[in-house]
Parts: sequence; C-alpha cells; structure tokens
Amino acid sequence: MTEHQPKLALGPVLYYWPKDKLLDFYERMSAAPVDIIYLGETVCSKRHTLNTGDWLDLAERLSRAGKEVVLSTMALLEAESELLTLRRLCENDRFTVEANDLGAVRLLAERKTPFVLGTGINVYNGHTLRFLTGLGAKRWVMPVELSRETLRSIQTERPEGVETEVFVYGRLPLAYSARCFTARYHNLPKDDCQYRCLDDPEGLTLSTREGQTFLTLNGIQTQSAQTCNLLGELAALQELKVDVLRISPQPEGLETVIGAFAAGLRGDRDPVEAAQQINAALPYGACNGYWQGQPGLMQLTN
Amino acid sequence: MAASIPSTPAKPLELVCPAGNLPSLKTAVDHGADAVYIGFRDDTNARHFPGLNFDAKTAAQGIQYAHAKGRRVFVALNTFPQPAGWERWQRAVDQAADLGVDAVIAADISVLDYACRQHPDLPLHLSVQGSATNYEAIRFYHEQFGIRRVVLPRVLSLPQVRHTLEHSPVPIEVFGFGGLCIMVEGRCLLSSYVTGESPNMCGVCSPAKAVRWEETANGLETRLGGLLIDRYAPGEPAGYPTLCKGRFTVADQTYYAIEEPTSLNTLELLPELHNMGIAAIKIEGRQRSPAYVTQVTKVWRAAIDACRRNPAAYTPKPEWLRELGKVSEGQQTTLGAYHRTWQ
Repeated sequence: MTEHQPKLALGPVLYYWPKDKLLDFYERMSAAPVDIIYLGETVCSKRHTLNTGDWLDLAERLSRAGKEVVLSTMALLEAESELLTLRRLCENDRFTVEANDLGAVRLLAERKTPFVLGTGINVYNGHTLRFLTGLGAKRWVMPVELSRETLRSIQTERPEGVETEVFVYGRLPLAYSARCFTARYHNLPKDDCQYRCLDDPEGLTLSTREGQTFLTLNGIQTQSAQTCNLLGELAALQELKVDVLRISPQPEGLETVIGAFAAGLRGDRDPVEAAQQINAALPYGACNGYWQGQPGLMQLTN
Repeated sequence: MAASIPSTPAKPLELVCPAGNLPSLKTAVDHGADAVYIGFRDDTNARHFPGLNFDAKTAAQGIQYAHAKGRRVFVALNTFPQPAGWERWQRAVDQAADLGVDAVIAADISVLDYACRQHPDLPLHLSVQGSATNYEAIRFYHEQFGIRRVVLPRVLSLPQVRHTLEHSPVPIEVFGFGGLCIMVEGRCLLSSYVTGESPNMCGVCSPAKAVRWEETANGLETRLGGLLIDRYAPGEPAGYPTLCKGRFTVADQTYYAIEEPTSLNTLELLPELHNMGIAAIKIEGRQRSPAYVTQVTKVWRAAIDACRRNPAAYTPKPEWLRELGKVSEGQQTTLGAYHRTWQ
C-alpha cells in the first residue's frame, strides 16, 4: 500500500447541530488525522448557529491547526439572500471554495480562483470534467451514484493536475427539495419551522410500513439511511489513483472511522476487516451498491 | 390578485406540450400547442420508457407536421452521459440538428458544449434537469453555451420566479401542469438508490421494471425494487409507486412523508405568470397517452387565450379544472412550490 496515498477529508456537517456541539466537534477534528476539512452550511440557509463570519473564524483556527480548509457552499440556491452569502464566500481570498451549484462555479471562474466541484455538481463524464477544469476547477468530488467502473473511465480522461475525491463514508446525499421534510413531519410550515432539525443530530429516519428503514430526512435534504462505507475498497481506490477520500460527519463514532481509514492507509490495519467491524455497529447497516454499479442501498461483498 | 398586475408583456405566452409518439404530437399541434417537445428512443432523454419516443423517421414526420402548421418542435436530450455511451449523445445532437428541430433541450455540460461548438445555429434550451434554480446558474449556462431559454425546476415560489426572471439573461419557461417532481430535478438520486436507475443516468424515475403490484391479505401492495411503497385498502384508488409519493413511517407517524400522489396545476396562477413575462408554460407528460395530450392541450390553449384577451378578468373555468382533474395523478392537484405554504 505504498504506491498511491490519498488524503483524508472531512466533508461539511450536513445536519443542524447546536453551536456548542458544532464547535466541540471541530475542536476534536482539529486533532484528528484528516488533512482537509470542508466547512459551512450546505443544506439550509435558515440554519444560523454559525454565521458566515463565524465560519471564517473557524476556518482560520483549523487552518492554524494545520488543516487544509475548504469553504463549502449551498446546493440549492433560491433566494437573493442566499446568493449574497454565496458571493461573500466566493470573494473570500483566503480559502478555497467548494461549489455545489453552477452559480457558484460562475462566480469563482469569474474571479479566476481555483475551486472544488462538490457532490452537487453533475460531473458524469470526462468531457464535463475537462470543461470545468478549464474554468478553474482543481478538484472534483465524484457524484455519489457513479460506479467504480465509471470512475475508472473518467480517471483516464482526467486532465493533468486535477484531483479526484470520492465520498467514502457517511449517509449519502440523495436529493434536495424546496419543501422541508422535517417541518412537514412536525406539521409546521417551512417559514415557521422552529428549527426543529436541531432535535435530530442525524436527521429523521424513514421506513416502509414493513419497517424497512431506507432514507433519512434532513430538512430539505434527503439522505440514505444506510451508511456508505468504502473502507473495504481502499485498495481499489488507491489503484484508481483517487486523491482524496471524503468522510461525511456523523455525530457519533467518527473518530473511530477516521482512525480506521488512517490506519488502513498506513498499512497498519486490514481495511476489509476494519470495515466489517464498523458496519456491524451501524444502526441501519452499510451500503456500497453505487460503487459496485448496483442500486445504492445494496451492500455487496467482493 | 389581478388588480396589481402591470401591463401586458410584448411576447405572448407560449404553450409547450409533451409528445411520446406521433399521434400525441399531431393532437398537440391540432389542439393549439405552440411547440411540442419530444425525445429519441434511447436513454438520451429523461423519459426513456419502453415503446415511447421517436426514431429518425417519426421525428421527421412530426417536425414536418408541426412546421406545416407554423408550430415548433423541441428535442429533449436531457440526461447525463457516462463515458461508456457519450457518443450516443453526440449522435443525438447531430441528429436533432440534421432534422431541423427548433431547439434542443439539454442539461449536461458536455452535451451543451458539444452542441454549441458543433452546431452554433442550433438553439439550446436549458432543461429542468440542468438544475438552474437561481440567476447566477442561468448566467453560467448563457455565458458558456449561449442558451436561449431556461426551464426552471419546480422548486421556486412565485416571488422567486419573478426575481429570477428580472435578473435572467434569457427567457424563462415554467412547468404549468402534470406530474410533480418535488426534488430539484437533475439532483435527485432517490430512484437509483432503490432501483439502480435514475433520471440522470438512465432517463427513468422509479422504472416500471422495478415495480410490483401484489394483492395480499393486507390489501393491494405496490413495491419498487422490493420496497413497500404503498398499501391500499379495498376500494382505495391505487397509484403508480413513484418513490417519493409513497406512504412511509417516520418515528410514530405513517403518512405521505415526502409528497402526496398529486399533480401540479397552475391554471389559477396564469395571469401572474403571463404578466411577469414568463415566455412559456410547459406541460409535463411525454409518457402519457394521446388522449391526455389532447385534453390538457385543449384546456391550456383556451386558458392562455382567455388570459391574453383580458388578464384582469381571467379566472379558471370550472369545466377546465374538471377536465384537468380527470387526468391528474391521484385526481388531485396542487400549486406546488409556487405557493409558499406548500413548502
């Protein structure tokens, strides 16, 4: 395991956590073996425990702790106020920005500043990747529904110097809506949501009437209930020359997960065995179907 | 609402109707569609259903039919090619240009880029699948590919549509009627999560081949990829198991957790859409029958004409609503995201 050594990244927190919890989380993460930390609210602009200034302060602190900090932007931009925040982030001249909407790509390309293409940008083939690289993208996160074989193809067309990042751990972001499903569950209008998503640090789980849990409601975002875990695929990720592995924050047990990925990369621990151990503790199980070219919720063993 | 309406815009509001086959295209034209949108018979479009869509011959016939009556035909090439099939989208763009279509409706950057470089005279519309929910995104597509129109995702409220239009470099088309996507189009992976096939990758949502209908002791059950989407009591009307429109359990409640089986219907918003200067109203439903296309085209033609004659006096006629109600999913309609309380 010495040929290609990917970096570890911590994705943006997708849930709404109280300020203390969020700051405590990042305090711990500043000491965790992740190289890159993505920061910012990407799901709902009403969430305000940290404002843009607070996020920038946090970015400075994490940067001083030796992390590469990237500021993530919203996936669903509708209101002018959301565009104002977006502009403020894109115009920060200190940190790289992750675009999750092509509106952000436009603003970043205009400033001729290199940027990251997040999971919200549809890069499904090498032509699209090359086009966006021409506008200044320096890294892309593969859309989560693409498979290992599709990645293999895109990697052969990848322009020189562009980094590839794969979402390797966490609940998969699957959809965004104008409607807030958390407010709907609580029978509240979105405009008076009372910030009820603060009650659920990992969202609300949704099951069929037979009790099969398969989705997570996180405000306007829908996620998988199953946790994507590609730790067991570490060898394949390295062979495909993936540069960055993204771990998406969950409120519990994340240090263990990060530790397992780091140990796997160092060659100190068998990643397949470590993955099994992590998966056994997941409340709704693991999934790796998308990576295998199957329905995303499936969990296949090699 | 009519009192606050400003003067009538210069260009008349266009009616854009769906056609999954030649009879649908003809009936749309016959009943007053200004434009008809179609797709080819493969996964280059977001209604890649068995037995649906046009080959080169029927497309040519349809275009000839529409053009003879002064109407236009748009071709949707609005899925996201993966590396293995990219040439198929390339060929589809070439074919659309050769056929002399009036516009290609595309979403993927590589498809838009190819079309604008290879066929600079071919008008491009940004598909709803392009996920342009704000004017900065619209400007991106306009500056990079010279798109001439954008179809907005069904997630904006009416004031947001107005604000977007005020800052948009290109005319805007909005959905007026039909199946309601509740998620931002182009960024919804729910279908592939459960079935392996999504609108982006395969041009399908909740594909028929993953569907099962089963009579059980508990009632009629509908499944998608094996998951129970809904269960119906005897006599309860059953609907197609679109993933986001099932009854699910969240904590202690079982309900339509994401969305009811309902159709979008904006007939009552027509004066506002007209007066704010929306360029076109799009009707969803290329997968629907020629009878659906006939019915919906008739009603919307009459409504748009009435609205243009006198927007201040316009009000949807009860018979229009009745006719549309008959062809709506779940026999109920909603204003969707245009109306803030829905959100």
